[in-house]
Amino acid sequence: MHHHHLILRVVTKMLVGAIMLFAFYVQFHGDFSPGGGFQAGVIMAVAFILYGIVFGLDKAEQVFPPWLVHKLVALGVLLYAGVGVVSMLLGYNYLDYDAFSPHHPSHGQHWGILLVELGVGITVTGVMVAIYYAFAGRPPPMKDEDW
Amino acid sequence: MTWQFVSEIIAWVLILSGSIFVVIGAVGTLRFPDFWSRLHAASVSESAGMILLIAGMCMHSGFTLITVKLIIIGGFIFITGPTSTHAVANAALTSGETPESDEDSAK
Repeated sequence: MHHHHLILRVVTKMLVGAIMLFAFYVQFHGDFSPGGGFQAGVIMAVAFILYGIVFGLDKAEQVFPPWLVHKLVALGVLLYAGVGVVSMLLGYNYLDYDAFSPHHPSHGQHWGILLVELGVGITVTGVMVAIYYAFAGRPPPMKDEDW
Repeated sequence: MTWQFVSEIIAWVLILSGSIFVVIGAVGTLRFPDFWSRLHAASVSESAGMILLIAGMCMHSGFTLITVKLIIIGGFIFITGPTSTHAVANAALTSGETPESDEDSAK
C-alpha cells in the first residue's frame, strides 16, 4: 500500500495547496465574481477530502483533527449569528449591516457580508469534512475478499 | 487586415480544430472494442483538444486577466486529466482487466 499510487500522491501534494488557495479566492472574491461562502467551503473541504482519500483517513485526521472539525461547525454559525446580534446591540435590526458604519452604509454592508460569508464558509467546510470523516471512519460491512 | 481580425481567425481555427479532436475522442470512446483502447481515445484526444481550445480562447480574449485564468485552468487540466486516466487504468488493472495484445487476437 505504501509504494502504491505514487503518481496520485505526487499530484495530490501539488494540487492540495492550489485547491485551498482557490477556496480562499472564491471566499473573498465572492462579491466581485461568482462564488461565496458555500462554494468556498465545499472547495476547501474538497482539499481535505482529497488528501484523506489518497493518503488515508489517519493522515487526514492528523492534519485536521475531528475535535477541531466539530468546533469549526459551531464557530461558523456563531460568527453568522454573532454579526446579527452585534448589529442588534448597535440599535439596528438583526443582520442589518448598516449598523457597522452608519455614515457609509455601503462600507458597513461590505464588512457585514464579508463576515457572514466567512461564517458560512467555515461551517460548510466543517460539515463537509465531518460527513466525510463519519462515512470513511465506519468499519466496512464486508471484507474485500468476500465480494 | 487588422490585428484584431487576424487574431479572431487564429482563435476560431484553434477552437474548431480543438472541437474536432474532442469529437474524434468521443467517437473513439463509443466505438472502440475494449476498455483500454476506449480509455486511450478518451484521454489522449481530450488533452490535445483541451490545449487547442484553451489556446483558441486565449487568442480570443487577448492580453487580459481572463487569459491568465485560462492558462491556469489549462495547467490544472493538463495535470489532472492524465492523472485521472492513470487512476482509472490502475484500478482496472488491479481488479483483473488485462489488455488484449496482438498475439491474443491472432490466435
